Amino acid sequence: MGEFITFPELFIWLPLLAGLLAFFLKGNSAKNWATFSSLIVLAVVVASLFYSDDKQYASYNRVNYYWLKQIGNSFFVGLDSTSRLLALLTAIAFPVIFITTSKNNYKNPAAFYGLMLLSQSGLMGVFVSMDALLFYFFWELALIPVYFLCSRWGGEKRIQTTFKFFVYTFAGSLLMLAGILYVYMHTSQRVFEDGTVSSHSFALHSFMSTMLSIKEQGWLFALFFIAFAIKMPIFPFHTWQPDTYDQSPTSVTMVMSAVMVKMGLFAVMRWLIPVLPAGALAHANMVIILCVIGILYASCIALVQDNIKKLIAYSSIAHIGLMCAAIFTFKEIGVQGAVIQLFSHGINILGMWVVFDIVERQTGVKNISQLGGIATKAPVLTIFLVIIALANIALPLTNAFVGEFMMFGGLFQLNPWYAFAAVISIILAATYTLNMIRKAFYGEVSPAVQGMKDIGFAEKSALAGLVLLILLFGIMPQPMIEFTKDALKNILAVLPK
Amino acid sequence: MNAILFSALWGIVMMFSGVFVKRKSTVSLLAIIGIVLLFVANAIELNTYQPFFYIDSWDMLRVNSFNLSFLAVVFGCTLLFFLLSASDILKVGEHGGEYFALIFFVLCGISLCATFNTLLILFIGIEIMSIPLYILTGSDKRNLKSNEAALKYFLMGSFFTGVMLMGIAFIYGGNPSASFYIDNIQLGKDALNPMIATGLVLLLISLSFKVSAAPFHFWTPDVYDGAPTVFTSFMATIVKVGAFFAFVRLFENSFGKIHTQWQTLIVVITVSTLLIGNITAVFQQSVKRMMAYSSIAQAGFMLFALFALNERAKEGLVLYSAAYSVATIGFFAILIKMKDYTIEGFNGMGQTNPVLGITATIFLLSLTGIPLTAGFQSKFYMLMAAVENGAHFWVVIAAVLLAAVSAYYYFRVIQAIWFKQPANANPVNEEEVSGSFKLLLIISAILIIVLGVYPELLIQWLYH
Repeated sequence: MGEFITFPELFIWLPLLAGLLAFFLKGNSAKNWATFSSLIVLAVVVASLFYSDDKQYASYNRVNYYWLKQIGNSFFVGLDSTSRLLALLTAIAFPVIFITTSKNNYKNPAAFYGLMLLSQSGLMGVFVSMDALLFYFFWELALIPVYFLCSRWGGEKRIQTTFKFFVYTFAGSLLMLAGILYVYMHTSQRVFEDGTVSSHSFALHSFMSTMLSIKEQGWLFALFFIAFAIKMPIFPFHTWQPDTYDQSPTSVTMVMSAVMVKMGLFAVMRWLIPVLPAGALAHANMVIILCVIGILYASCIALVQDNIKKLIAYSSIAHIGLMCAAIFTFKEIGVQGAVIQLFSHGINILGMWVVFDIVERQTGVKNISQLGGIATKAPVLTIFLVIIALANIALPLTNAFVGEFMMFGGLFQLNPWYAFAAVISIILAATYTLNMIRKAFYGEVSPAVQGMKDIGFAEKSALAGLVLLILLFGIMPQPMIEFTKDALKNILAVLPK
Repeated sequence: MNAILFSALWGIVMMFSGVFVKRKSTVSLLAIIGIVLLFVANAIELNTYQPFFYIDSWDMLRVNSFNLSFLAVVFGCTLLFFLLSASDILKVGEHGGEYFALIFFVLCGISLCATFNTLLILFIGIEIMSIPLYILTGSDKRNLKSNEAALKYFLMGSFFTGVMLMGIAFIYGGNPSASFYIDNIQLGKDALNPMIATGLVLLLISLSFKVSAAPFHFWTPDVYDGAPTVFTSFMATIVKVGAFFAFVRLFENSFGKIHTQWQTLIVVITVSTLLIGNITAVFQQSVKRMMAYSSIAQAGFMLFALFALNERAKEGLVLYSAAYSVATIGFFAILIKMKDYTIEGFNGMGQTNPVLGITATIFLLSLTGIPLTAGFQSKFYMLMAAVENGAHFWVVIAAVLLAAVSAYYYFRVIQAIWFKQPANANPVNEEEVSGSFKLLLIISAILIIVLGVYPELLIQWLYH
């Protein structure tokens, strides 16, 4: 297999081809095709986990093709544990989204599902590319389909809102491009096997071995970090997110909040810290302070939100802020916690959206004040929601507990005051999540909820799968901790002691 | 050499075609045959370095693979322009053959501009290129705006021709060897000779006018808006890149050694061009006028070739010429078919005319510089060249931020195409859109993506 095609290539090409094919299908067949192909991708990603031993199966997991030789670029993709984890998350997210939202009818389904699969391909590309230019390509390619999806199939104010989101992220990524070019000009030459010599190189390892002064690293860090911070988003770059989540079709919101926001965190770990370690170290304190402000700020706003979609958006800002802060502690436990939480948060928030998509589809409302008593109408749904919500506030025995506990450990080692401020967010999270459940799911049955029915088999099984993952990694976190161990060496080994 | 001769000859052929040929379709066929011949003649010279007729030019013209492949790009784009818009050229007025003749003369001027080796040939080239344009701008004779644009263009153009001539005179006078050869200008022993310096600045100003760089861009929006849309498409693309090539060729060969001394001037021009072009384009309601400002903004990116002045920049300039011209010609070809030139005029086009909608989107994405389109690669090469140059990194940052602004106005059109509901009537003049027109648009869009995925196809050609 290794000589013919490798896993990272499959991750990119399968959804890309499936997506292009989907454009030519009619009606329901596009939907079924998308579900089917995303399940195949999931199978391939799961299979790749069995070949993760780099010593034995190196040729399965890494490949380097010539592309733009004269400028020192190549199609260089590879897997490490963090990218495996995120590829797995992407692969799980898409079939779950397709299955649970299959009752939503979109106009022009061929284009809808085609674009969804293209965005999956772009996301996979971001997680596996080992070449800076390739990374930039995928970074943008993940964005474009999502832009079209939101603006075409979103809510009333979709055009303005998504446009704001697009311009924000586009500006950020262009700054990153300027930064990439600057680092590129300081790389050493690259000799290709066929004798072509390019004076510089875009490969990750060349980027990591540049000799940039601390001052240069300082401002380059800002160029890169703004791009990633907008994507995550970190306070004060978060303003696009709540509106975009609110206005997008829910299946796209799921892609964004479960997977896309992880791009920013992933990029910090794969590119920012290894390439600019001194810059990262110099700015770490500022980043953590921004994150902590963001965590508290977003949690406080979530407390008073009536719109459920915005509430989840703000809670997501808080969670992402915590992960980012934990990475910048540069403590082993904190960074590993963040890696684990990348995956767990993806699963939990996906579950939250699945539940609220069902509620919104059946009742047509997304405000807490108009809901009430769903538990009497849809008891099974409510049980799933409660478990997912408890995971979202990181209760012990759920997957998020492990990650959050480790992240707080890292913050505490660095500075107890940071940890103290951030811990408040857990209390706030419990308050707004449980409050929302109390009002929307218990109490009097509101008029909007009257006609609600409980969920069917497909939705039950998808949610059951998610809940199973939540409990599995909550009760038995050790395999996950083992798996993510070597993620640390990329990040922590490069830092000056 | 082939290119200069053939374009001039075919211009004359086209001029007389009006007398002998009555059917309009024959005229456009003749023009397409001419441009194909021109392309082939140029390609043969590119492959063999042997022109059909050898004329001793006393080294006043210099031919190499680089400028011949640039001419190949120009002729290729003109071919595309003819194929897409020949029928619209004939609709402008009664004298179809003459419009084509003028276009061939412009191509002759561009060929001179690409191969000149003395200031005199440069001057002749620029003039041959400009004078037919004054006529083409005013070719919609009964339209007041077209007349106004032509007059304005003519007056300002002649003024800047004067400035250019003055610059050439200063350089000639300040040059101890009293020579017009561009690589034989003696810049002065210790300090820069003040006469040469004055000449340099005057040439810089006049050529900035020709490529519509700020602050010498004031004619551009009015002229591009007033001229018949087909000719706007031609002027904004092929003519502009021709002038750019002359600009870079002159400043590289004559003044390349003292690049650091005039680089600051270029920085000022580049940044102000990007700033004015992008910011003003945001406020336009008419798509045609918006494209005029966007062409100023794109010129700002092309100015990076002068800013950097290295090999990468020259490669980038050729790539930029191709990418920008194909996308703009394609987009203008669609614009001509629209009933309403405002942004609202595009509402719902994606639903009523999916092929036009998709191709227009690809053209606009390329102009914005989204990865995997030729527009991205060309901008990328320009930025790479600028970073390689090493000086003034802040200009690169300013440029990328302004490129983000450009997303704003290009995407407003994309939004109109896909996300707005169409008005009652079809926004496109359907009867004018033929199957072959659509096919050509699809081919151009594919070309843009192919160049975006693998730009070295074109760049390898430069050094073949």
